[in-house]
Amino acid sequence: MVRMSMMQRRHTGAKMHGTATRPPGLRRLGRPLTLVVALFASAAVAQESSDCLACHSDETLKGVRRGRTISVFVNETAFTASQHGSLTCVSCHADLEGKDFPHVEDPAKVQCGTCHDGEEKLHAASLHGKALTRGDPLAPSCADCHGAHAIKPVEHPSSPVAPLKIPFTCAKCHQEGAPVQRARTIHQDHILENFSESIHGEGLLRKGLIVAPNCATCHTAHSILPHTDPNSSIARRNIAATCTKCHAQIENVHRKIIKGELWEKEANVLPACVDCHQPHKVRKVFYSQGMADRDCLRCHERDDIRSTEDGRSLTVDPLVVADSRHVKVSCSQCHAGVNASHLRPCSTITQPVDCASCHAEVGQEFMLSIHGVLLAKQDPNGPTCKECHGTHEVLGKLNSKSPTFPTNVPDLCARCHREGEKAAVRYVGTQHQIVERYTESIHGKGLKKSGLTVTAMCTNCHSAHSILPKSDPASTVNPTRLPETCGRCHFGIEEQFNKSVHATQQGKTDKPLPVCNDCHSAHTIRRADEQGFKLEIMNQCGRCHEQISKTYFDTYHGKVSQLGYTKTAKCYDCHGAHDILPVSDPRSHLSHDNVVGTCQKCHPGAGRRFAGYLSHATHHDPEKYPFLFWTFWGMTSLLVGTFVFGGVHTLLWLPKAFQLRRERRLRHAQEKKDAAAPSEPTVPSEPTL
Amino acid sequence: MTPETGGQTPPPVAKTARRTPRFVEAGWHEPPRLQYVRFSRLNRVLHVVMIVSFLSLALTGMSLKFSYTQWAVVLSHMFGGFESAGYVHRFAATVMIIMFIIHIVDLFRRKNREFGTWKAMLTGPHSMVFNAKDLADFIGNMKWFVGKGPRPQYGRWTYWEKFDYIAVFWGMTVIGSTGLMLWFPEIFTLVLPGWLINVATIIHSDEALLATGFIFTVHFFNTHLRPEKFPMDTVVFTGRMDVEELMDDKPAEYNELVRNGTLQENLAPAYPPIVERVIRAFGWTAVTIGICVVVMIIYAMVFAYR
Repeated sequence: MVRMSMMQRRHTGAKMHGTATRPPGLRRLGRPLTLVVALFASAAVAQESSDCLACHSDETLKGVRRGRTISVFVNETAFTASQHGSLTCVSCHADLEGKDFPHVEDPAKVQCGTCHDGEEKLHAASLHGKALTRGDPLAPSCADCHGAHAIKPVEHPSSPVAPLKIPFTCAKCHQEGAPVQRARTIHQDHILENFSESIHGEGLLRKGLIVAPNCATCHTAHSILPHTDPNSSIARRNIAATCTKCHAQIENVHRKIIKGELWEKEANVLPACVDCHQPHKVRKVFYSQGMADRDCLRCHERDDIRSTEDGRSLTVDPLVVADSRHVKVSCSQCHAGVNASHLRPCSTITQPVDCASCHAEVGQEFMLSIHGVLLAKQDPNGPTCKECHGTHEVLGKLNSKSPTFPTNVPDLCARCHREGEKAAVRYVGTQHQIVERYTESIHGKGLKKSGLTVTAMCTNCHSAHSILPKSDPASTVNPTRLPETCGRCHFGIEEQFNKSVHATQQGKTDKPLPVCNDCHSAHTIRRADEQGFKLEIMNQCGRCHEQISKTYFDTYHGKVSQLGYTKTAKCYDCHGAHDILPVSDPRSHLSHDNVVGTCQKCHPGAGRRFAGYLSHATHHDPEKYPFLFWTFWGMTSLLVGTFVFGGVHTLLWLPKAFQLRRERRLRHAQEKKDAAAPSEPTVPSEPTL
Repeated sequence: MTPETGGQTPPPVAKTARRTPRFVEAGWHEPPRLQYVRFSRLNRVLHVVMIVSFLSLALTGMSLKFSYTQWAVVLSHMFGGFESAGYVHRFAATVMIIMFIIHIVDLFRRKNREFGTWKAMLTGPHSMVFNAKDLADFIGNMKWFVGKGPRPQYGRWTYWEKFDYIAVFWGMTVIGSTGLMLWFPEIFTLVLPGWLINVATIIHSDEALLATGFIFTVHFFNTHLRPEKFPMDTVVFTGRMDVEELMDDKPAEYNELVRNGTLQENLAPAYPPIVERVIRAFGWTAVTIGICVVVMIIYAMVFAYR
């Protein structure tokens, strides 16, 4: 009999579910239960069930229980097919064992605990059990959830405690409008609706995932306790343990917000899962405002609410919050430390809002930045999060109304960094008028005039939260990191630059090497094809390449450039701009194979010999350029010789020339005197031979 | 370079100079003063063309040579920026080359017409080539300078006039050829090595410095601004000089003209005062520009050299 029932159970079980698909918890429970049931069945074999059913198979049979007339019909087919089908009636209705017919009108309540003593104990200690002991008419007994005679195994899909059915079984009492929900203090509303819309509910009810959590997964099946009970599976301290039953590896993947170890060590100070992921609403949240927010707004919505400390207004406009990025964050999540049991829950708040409790990574960056360091020193110049991001009205950087939206960032930074403002006043470096200069720069024009939100603005180069002075090696604008910073947008340029002689990676020299801003400047950066830039660049190269730049200016190219003409070859026209390589490198623009092509960019007819032009020639170097040296000195000698000869000749002549002039004047005066007497012909008379 | 006076045909200059009635109509009631005609119309025109092109070349060229000075930048802008200054430079150069060619053609024509052979032309008394008399004149002049002798009896061309002519001839060849190399480096480097362009740059620029420096100082003094000629000797523009001046300055030529009896046929009426004034204004403009260039060069060499 025992064997048969077991075999039968197994057989039907396998047929109905397929053991492989059954959840491990259910499978674990199944076996000892069957054994216990089978043992009792063998002991109570004396009184056959058929004796009872002789009467109770009558559908119209009525009986009285605690004053109420109820049907005492037992469906034999359903009972035989039930989990308890192999038991006799008196196995459960133990008080009727050996009693003759007709038995007592009102038999005792079936004690499931006779067999299921573990479950019974848990239930007795639970909220439901205690209510039952109190005699609460709404308290559920075993049968209210599990059913009576037609009791089915948990694995059976039509069992009221099968995973898919549990929400509805619980909802019999706990859904909106049910007696329990109306008559008892339940802190959650719309439980079934919220659950069915949550990710858990969706998995269970829409996707049929029987591993998805149902009510009992979190609240347990029998030891249901209020969250205020420290033993409750949903008590603040235990919530993490409950959630991690399924989300076992959450600490490895959810580190952004909370470090795993802290979570366990300081569970009391850290937010519990439900602080962010509200119970029953997990992820799929459509709440307009949490209950708690409404509690806060009861006071803070008032216009006249002011701080007792400094009299500042504490009014919060719920509409502003509703438009903000934090619309889904409840007040107490930022204003941490509230105690709901106080009349003023906020009276226990001691710390200002710490954005880093959620924005942990950003907070870390900020604390290392110059802004954060100043703030830590309590320097009034150190800005807090809210100075840039605002408070309740905080918007994401993708919102064009946000002060952190790209086109607004320069104005945001200018609040402190404009000339005369507090950051500009304490700044001692070389960059001045940065806001004005940025606005005039190509980046500023791109952002402000062309409205290109991808154009570089303050935070693109300086970073948003890791702002550090240029001298700090960790700064994004430190010379060692600048190419990388600029390369985030100018990727192709960085690639070229990193291969060039100027890149530190090439490591050919220990002299300071130029980076982007040495040629392009920082805030005054302009288009490289603009005349001003083209003319300036030669002086930039000359800052390091002093000699070679000087000799360049001795040549035609240099002289013409100096006159402000940009079409002649400048440093970068021949050497390249970012991909400068030594002439010995075959990839260089000036290597033997490439040099003619480089000349041809401007001189289309240039040949190999043309490239022999000495573009940095100087006539001052007899070693390197003997031809030029001697030509120059030959010409100079000719010049000096001619001028000395001409000059001496002229100077010697000068006194004699004056003498001649005087003589001629005297003669003219004499002639005039003579002419006054007899008239003389204008043409002098022919001299006689 | 007036035509040889011994020829049978009347000299062309005298012919043109006889067209005078215009001046009478212009209110010149007294008969105009007759002057000795020293330069042909072609040579006068060429000198004016030369002045204009040379000044253009000097100004644009110097602005490039001394590009490191402030005045060079201003000057370059006055020419409409470097690019147009470059066009002006090359245009003026073309004009000067054409002028040079015209002069060479004229020399050939006159050789054929008046001398027959180069030898006759170059060794004759009116040749521009230095000869023994020039050496003697130079020595005599030096003596006269120091008061150790009389003033030499100069002929048609004094040795410093010949020097100016030869210097310009040489300068145009050197500056012109190197200038063409710089203008068309791609063509020249088909045969010549690239570094010759650098050499050409030095030669072109230093020879130009020599030419401008010499013309704007020594030549200006010797021929135009010398005290006895001051304020200006305009003979190269009018082509005419007073006979008295000829007697003083070129006694040998005057005596020869008198001896040959050809003086009269080389006389022509002077230009009216208005023409003289225009010529003087042009001359002074040229001289002023020239002196400015000299001042700018000296400034650049002394105060801004690098």
